[in-house]
Amino acid sequence: MTASPLLRVRDLRVGFGRQPAANEVLKGVSFELAAGETLAVVGESGSGKSVMALSVNRLVDFGGGRITGGGIELCRRDGSILDVTGATEHDLRHVRGRDIGMIFQEPMTSLNPVHTIGRQIEEAFRLNRGITGGAARAAAREVLERVRIPDAKTRLDYFPHQLSGGMRQRVMIAMALASSPRLLIADEPTTALDVTVQAQIMALLAELRAETGMAMIFITHDIGLVAGIADRILVMQAGLAVEQGETTRLLDHPEHDYTRHLLKAVPHFSAGQATRKDGKRDGAALPIVKVEGLVVRFPVGTGLFRPKGAVHAVDGVGFDLLPGETLAIVGESGSGKSTIARAILGLIEKTRGRVTAGAGHTRRPIQMVFQDPFASLNPRLDVESLLAEPAVANRQRRDAGVRDRMRLLLDRVGLPQDALSRYPHQFSGGQRQRLCIARALMLNPDVVVLDEAVSALDVSVQARVLELLIDLQREFGLAYLFISHDMAVVERISHRVAVMYAGEIVEIGDAAAVLSSPQHSYTRRLIAAVPSVDRRHRHFAVDATQVPSLVRPAGYEPAAARWREAGNDHRVRLEADA
Amino acid sequence: MNYVAQRLLTFPLILLGVSVLVFVSIRLIPGDAITAMLGTEAGLLTSEQRAVLARYFGIDQPIWSQYLTWFGGLFQGDLGISVTFGRPVLSVILDHFPLTLELALLSMLIALSAGVPLGVLAATRNERTSDLVVRVLAMLGQSTPSFVLGLLIIYFLSVVFGVVPTMGTFTPLTVDPLASLGQLVFPAITLGFAFAASVTRISRSAMLDVLGDDYIRTARSKGASARSVVWTHALPNALIPVVTLSGVEFGYLLGGAVIVEQIFALPGLGRLVLNAITQRDYALVQGSVLFVAFNFLVVNLLVDLIYVALDPRIRLGKR
Repeated sequence: MTASPLLRVRDLRVGFGRQPAANEVLKGVSFELAAGETLAVVGESGSGKSVMALSVNRLVDFGGGRITGGGIELCRRDGSILDVTGATEHDLRHVRGRDIGMIFQEPMTSLNPVHTIGRQIEEAFRLNRGITGGAARAAAREVLERVRIPDAKTRLDYFPHQLSGGMRQRVMIAMALASSPRLLIADEPTTALDVTVQAQIMALLAELRAETGMAMIFITHDIGLVAGIADRILVMQAGLAVEQGETTRLLDHPEHDYTRHLLKAVPHFSAGQATRKDGKRDGAALPIVKVEGLVVRFPVGTGLFRPKGAVHAVDGVGFDLLPGETLAIVGESGSGKSTIARAILGLIEKTRGRVTAGAGHTRRPIQMVFQDPFASLNPRLDVESLLAEPAVANRQRRDAGVRDRMRLLLDRVGLPQDALSRYPHQFSGGQRQRLCIARALMLNPDVVVLDEAVSALDVSVQARVLELLIDLQREFGLAYLFISHDMAVVERISHRVAVMYAGEIVEIGDAAAVLSSPQHSYTRRLIAAVPSVDRRHRHFAVDATQVPSLVRPAGYEPAAARWREAGNDHRVRLEADA
Repeated sequence: MNYVAQRLLTFPLILLGVSVLVFVSIRLIPGDAITAMLGTEAGLLTSEQRAVLARYFGIDQPIWSQYLTWFGGLFQGDLGISVTFGRPVLSVILDHFPLTLELALLSMLIALSAGVPLGVLAATRNERTSDLVVRVLAMLGQSTPSFVLGLLIIYFLSVVFGVVPTMGTFTPLTVDPLASLGQLVFPAITLGFAFAASVTRISRSAMLDVLGDDYIRTARSKGASARSVVWTHALPNALIPVVTLSGVEFGYLLGGAVIVEQIFALPGLGRLVLNAITQRDYALVQGSVLFVAFNFLVVNLLVDLIYVALDPRIRLGKR
């Protein structure tokens, strides 16, 4: 590479709080980035990767962080070298936007809700290129077209809440591109998005990088995702860079234990090769849950006396679940996965259809575990009260029997006995999810509904919780309804898979069959979008397919579904134009 | 504006409830108009004289009949005749209202133009000296009773500077704007001080919340200046609670400010209602309370409309 790299970071240390030197989150990270190069920074939550990213343009100052040591040198457009660590806020203002563009994880909250997207993009042009008025508007439209937003001219006048998550992330990218930065920092830009949208955004970023020749720092927790886009990878753990190197070398011959551990923990999606071989369907067993013709609609648009239309959240869904079996429901946000779970538990009202629970061994045969372990435990209750809750709600007394069951379950989910007197904030995310699982098992249910139950966890924690779930399933003969958007996780835990698209099941059957030979066009698209280390050399085409609207006029009834058998226990819905 | 029409349709219902409540509660207070008017001499009246007077005031009828008579008058724009003024209630109220309206507007202007910038300043200088000074001032403003501040202002004006504000009568804005504002500026400062203190506190905390939001980080990453981040990106998002607070306070002020009116000897709605109550001027009490309630409803509707203008995500009727 050239003599002076675009960015040189030496032994960077960043601390927080009143004594930043004593509370360092970043404990000495060094790397160099050449112009046009892409560096992926990989690590689990708390590794300091986001703090590192925010330090490069000193946005970390606004979050209460201070650079306590080391240096950041940025080669500016005119060839001069700027010492970012010592620069004044005035100088930094011209670095931000002009030299370094940034996109963030949460497209939902990263755009200002009270300004139109046009105004926000125009601001970027005005600040960094001095373009104003009609010229700025034209430029904003052009850059929106570049990030493939259909009908860009009208969209300029939209407010952020009128756009989907994927669209908002495109707007964020458009805003960062407005100044033609030489370095784009992308902090988990696709984590909050669905896989097919993620694939679209990744393809877009790769294409824009080729077009503009900008360098990129791509921060992610998903090592499989960056394999296709990064030139080099830097692995972070607890504020330190434990390994860095050229992508292929690092992935194929990791040197540090942690890198190896991370690579092993990342759920690899192998298109149906790694499905479970145990607990296969036994034709004789009676279903423990049977769902027939489930329809859930939410009224929208209040007319004077009756709603003008309805969101067809779930339409004509049916499946059965046998004891000891895992049925995964996969699909993207808004496809109706969680609505099914809630309807089965009676948390929302069914519009039509029947949910029958077989004769289980308790009065409350179905329990649920939610996605966010931080939000689903009451912070004011200690673990004993948390675990007692299902029993108390079921009019049992908090007696010795209940306490024995608590101890048994704590042991089974791998938590110490003294956990009983502690509070949720004293546990890590993975431990909290174990608590939620223990709580769900308190009443000895037959079925546990797991709604994205491992999605919020770091990969290595996720792997252990998945193993725990499989063990518990064998021990207690549980049936799982496993709702997830993550195909690799689904492959690891499920016996059968149901694919949801726009409120309907489009394909259902044996996990190995569905994942290895997907029949429906949507299932194929979904599986093709899954990022993986093994398939890193594949190139994604930019695909801007949007999910159809689920809002229908009042009284609308969809045509009856027609199905085709694609094999033993593998059914596919016929597509309209097929 | 389907929503506005819907809201306007609910107004009569609310006002009906208010009118019944006032009608009954004012009559629950011991004493009547005759005693209030004649004082101890009322005891000297013969029962015939008393009956004549009662018929004259219309208080000889049963309460429901009195209410229906009064209610019937409402539809002809007749709120009844004030006993103390001997004039139609509506004209008495409309005589006193301009002062109250002007005073309320002026107080709100002072409160917002001082409170919002101070709150923003405190939020951006969080935990530094200027923030502490603003917070102490705000605490002081909220805890100082208006009669203390009012009396201090009068003392300094008259004793130290030798200026005496016009008292007793009111010059309307339309007659002499300068004299009118000059007369109300000190009462408005008295009222606006506590109001400004609340506005400061609420804008400070709202701004602190907003400044931690993701889109503020986005704005900074674009290279926006500190000033632009605060005023164009953060402030519009922080105004909703300020509008809520101002709406409520303004609504109260439109009902008159009894203490401040008393101290500065201003003929506003507050003292009018107070006197009407002590004089048992039933028609005037009923009329003014109804009038104040109506103003409150209008202010609330305006607040809702301002929400919509401020935040595109808020849609009317869906909150």
